[in-house]
Amino acid sequence: MNGRKTFGGGGGGGGRGRTGTTTNQQGKDGAQRRPMFRRRKVCKFCSDKIDDINYKDAKLLMPFVPERAKILPRRISGTCAMHQRKLRTAIMRARQLALIPYTSE
Amino acid sequence: MTRKYELVYVVSPDATDEQVADLHTQVEAIIQRLGGQLEKTESWGRRKLAYEIGRYKEGIYVLEVILGTGELMKEIDRRFKVTELIIRHLVVRVDEEQAVVERTRTRRAGTTRRRRVARGLPPDRQPGEGQREADDDRDDRFDMGAEETR
Repeated sequence: MNGRKTFGGGGGGGGRGRTGTTTNQQGKDGAQRRPMFRRRKVCKFCSDKIDDINYKDAKLLMPFVPERAKILPRRISGTCAMHQRKLRTAIMRARQLALIPYTSE
Repeated sequence: MTRKYELVYVVSPDATDEQVADLHTQVEAIIQRLGGQLEKTESWGRRKLAYEIGRYKEGIYVLEVILGTGELMKEIDRRFKVTELIIRHLVVRVDEEQAVVERTRTRRAGTTRRRRVARGLPPDRQPGEGQREADDDRDDRFDMGAEETR
């Protein structure tokens, strides 16, 4: 939680309030202060300093492919452009090896 | 031109341990013949596939890290394509990406140190310093990532 901005509604574009996918932040107290508060989403890979998005690490990738197994868009996950690109390649590789599904009914 | 590649292959679940070992020796033989070097082998064992491939629902995963030329990998790729026992394989060149990761890591370490010194702190994080206790789970996740990128 070091240095991460808890509020500052403007930046990072809108989106659905608490997507939960980013980090274990306490977006709650912000919501109490201002009713229609949108938590600022932060790139998980930047804040956790994960440099290497590896296709072998299915556990890391799974949160970014929800039920339908489609890649979670940036607008929802809050991932930065660079990491979303790397994430995409990693997911596509993992899919080839059947570590991650292409689809699921 | 020697480069670093990762080869992951999925062997059919019907294969015996012997057959899996045999495939590994085949890979080794090709590497030997074409002047490469096997850096590391990792067996992930039996895993459930995320989707069915043909009639298979699980597979035996093997990872090999190989130093060698493109021709070498091409040969392995060609061989694997015709091997029935292998249901999936993937070759990825990793040296460049690894270099990038290495660079960002050292750069970040450098900046943190510099900033810490500028703030009048010792360059390395002292035990028990900072917000450790507050977010323990965060640290766990960090460790996990480090372990799996190895």
